[in-house]
Amino acid sequence: MTRFRLAIHIVPRRGILDPQGKAVTDALHSLGFSGVGDVRVGRYLVVETDAESADAARASARSMCEKLLANPVTEDFEIAAVEQS
Amino acid sequence: MKAAIVRFPGSNCDEDAFHAVSGVLGHDAVYCWHKDHDLQDADIVVLPGGFSYGDYLRPGAIARFSPIMREVVDFAKAGGPVLAICNGFQIACEAGLLPGALLRNESLRFISAPVHLRVESVATQFTSGYHVDQVIRMPIAHGDGRYTADADTVERLEGEGHVLFRYVTPDGERTSGANPNGSVRNIAGIVNSGGNVLGMMPHPERAMEPLMGSVDGVPLFTSVFESLLAGTRA
Repeated sequence: MTRFRLAIHIVPRRGILDPQGKAVTDALHSLGFSGVGDVRVGRYLVVETDAESADAARASARSMCEKLLANPVTEDFEIAAVEQS
Repeated sequence: MKAAIVRFPGSNCDEDAFHAVSGVLGHDAVYCWHKDHDLQDADIVVLPGGFSYGDYLRPGAIARFSPIMREVVDFAKAGGPVLAICNGFQIACEAGLLPGALLRNESLRFISAPVHLRVESVATQFTSGYHVDQVIRMPIAHGDGRYTADADTVERLEGEGHVLFRYVTPDGERTSGANPNGSVRNIAGIVNSGGNVLGMMPHPERAMEPLMGSVDGVPLFTSVFESLLAGTRA
């Protein structure tokens, strides 16, 4: 077993209104970042877990997202990085 | 008749629900701690409002894994009536008892205010005491009440008459101004396809006595108790 560090991004699904993202977009526009299109505000989780391999850690993270960390109705998730810690 | 009121850490409308059932209507009510595995032979389960688990991760996301939720899901699957109010609605959606999800209010503000609702269907055990298109008044108090579901689910809810309450103006008009939180099609309350799980963001248990400013929550509770009593007699 090796301890892995998982970086998980969870964001509101595209097409679902994200009022926080919209507020941030408007603020960025008013600061002059006129090129900004869409902003979505989500969550970033760092999970440490023991697993046999990086692939197993990734599979475990996927299962965590499907069962608890992300809402399948409204959110998408992405396992951004798996590192040995 | 006996109501089981589930208490999660962070529930805060449990006593209101208890008072509605017991103090106002004179039925039995019992509290069930979320770590229990016993609904105490109740005839109806209430998932009350509040902030279970501090709304960590998402409202209801952690409460749905509380030990007692296994019994609540079994109870619902067996056709038992479940009244899921506010945070209870969020928990019921997370638990898969109801379709869709409740997201942050469009305004990003917590809203505590009376709202007007239009009763869309009276063909359920929860709404038989109202009449169609009746406009009722009760409070909302939530930060995450924007009902959303994919387009097919919304069409199905509408087509099957499972949207029970909609936010409207005092005259009963469905307008965007009357929609406090940005819910799709002003949806305030829905019932599952079995007709036995009601989820709603407004608080009927806080509209039970003239002192509370409205008694429009009373028919909801009496409807379901009368339906249960009729079932016992049948």
